[in-house]
Amino acid sequence: MSAWLSHHFHAFALAIKRLAGAPFGSLLSIGVIGIAFSLPAGIYVMLENLQALSGRFSGAPQLSLFLKLETNQDQVAELESRLKQNPNVASFRFVSRDQAIEQFRQGSELADVLDGLARNPLPDAFVITAKTPSPEALEGLRAELGKLPQVEHVQVDSDWARRLDALLKLGRLAVLMLAALLSFSVVAVAFNIIRLQILTMRDEIEVAKLIGATNRFIRRPFLYFGAIQGIVGGAVAWLIISLAIHLIDEQLEQLMRLYEINFHLYHLSLEDSLSLLLFSAWLGWTGAWISVSNHFRQIEPR
Amino acid sequence: MISFSQVYKRYPNGFEALKNVGFTLEAGEMALITGHSGAGKTTLLRLIAAIERPTSGSIIINGQNVSALKSGAIPFLRRNLGLVFQDQKILFDRNVFNNVLLPLQISGFSSRAATGRVRAALDKVGLLGKEKARPITLSGGEQQRLCIARAIVNRPSILIADEPTANLDADYARDIMDMFRSFHQVGVTVFIATHDAELLGSTQQRVFTLDHGELTT
Repeated sequence: MSAWLSHHFHAFALAIKRLAGAPFGSLLSIGVIGIAFSLPAGIYVMLENLQALSGRFSGAPQLSLFLKLETNQDQVAELESRLKQNPNVASFRFVSRDQAIEQFRQGSELADVLDGLARNPLPDAFVITAKTPSPEALEGLRAELGKLPQVEHVQVDSDWARRLDALLKLGRLAVLMLAALLSFSVVAVAFNIIRLQILTMRDEIEVAKLIGATNRFIRRPFLYFGAIQGIVGGAVAWLIISLAIHLIDEQLEQLMRLYEINFHLYHLSLEDSLSLLLFSAWLGWTGAWISVSNHFRQIEPR
Repeated sequence: MISFSQVYKRYPNGFEALKNVGFTLEAGEMALITGHSGAGKTTLLRLIAAIERPTSGSIIINGQNVSALKSGAIPFLRRNLGLVFQDQKILFDRNVFNNVLLPLQISGFSSRAATGRVRAALDKVGLLGKEKARPITLSGGEQQRLCIARAIVNRPSILIADEPTANLDADYARDIMDMFRSFHQVGVTVFIATHDAELLGSTQQRVFTLDHGELTT
């Protein structure tokens, strides 16, 4: 156990020493990793904020409930009381067919045509505001109200919200693809850095093997090196995003004040931040591992 | 104990480095192996440390059949051997102390225990005052002593040296051989390859002679 700990401590210390031994190179490679990560993570943060912002702007999307033409006053009153009891309904407003045709006449050029009609073709209607604005909740409410006997048709006025949601989903997919590509590049960076190290440390590796070092012993400092570089790169990405949010937020606050909205940008959550660091460490480790297993075969003692 | 039986080593290009080599060196024995250059001395030593594998035959080191050893077990075999290489293989990017420390780091010694052992090994070869020196600043004889210190710091039961006195003048060579004899006296099995005729004259140890890959004595 103490030998195991001592091995790991030794490997960790060696990795730090190698990082510090070539500060300029280390800074550059950490910078590359950090920038590569800040792109997908930054876009992710932006999308999260966009979603939060869209919730602010949309207010609560509405449903229009059109009743059957033969509905009488009692049935309307019954429907009203049902809507009052429904927990998903935030508020509603009754628009009678007389009101509707009056509004239509005032707001359209077709007044003459309407006068020519024998009877009012418009139904009574309720305009309902839902409690939760998510497309799923609206869809549920639409299905529920559509089943009521007096209801002819339910119209959801949230198409734009659904479109935005689809766009955000698309954006998330793009982030995932970007993250996959840039992750690959991070692995490639780690691979090459470790490759160069192995080549310059050929003698040491060969001697270590000759005097009884296991492959694991030799591999360990390289893996630590890759992981440390990855995690510091992840931290740099986090700092880049923080700085960007700080700068944008100041500008945005003034803009939002014009719209009378109190809105602040979200940063990465604690969980997201930890995932970012762990993931970048893992990528660095992976690149190092691939590199080490590829090049060790070439360094057999001669 | 080192025991060879019917060992052949043939290289892919058809060159036969060793032909039907068989001998036994008991634990605590000291022996020299000699022969013209290219006779197979180095190959024989490399087979002992499993740096190369025999084409056929069996090699037993301390009861372990090296020719059948899995590659994962080889590092642990080597930790029981002290190896002094013909080309020394000193690491010039670190000082004397850290060169000798390397085998102990590999075995997982704590740094305090390791420091004591490194000083003891350097003391035995007479380099205690130079532990902070860079290897490049050492003389040829001192560099050879450094190699020996690195080979014995793990307190191996077998010490193997390939041409340890090459490129040294007679006085230095005698010093080095005396050092090996003192390890032999404390019970270490010592096996040295050399073509230094003068060295052979002054010794009563067992001497093996290789001629074109065959053991003649």
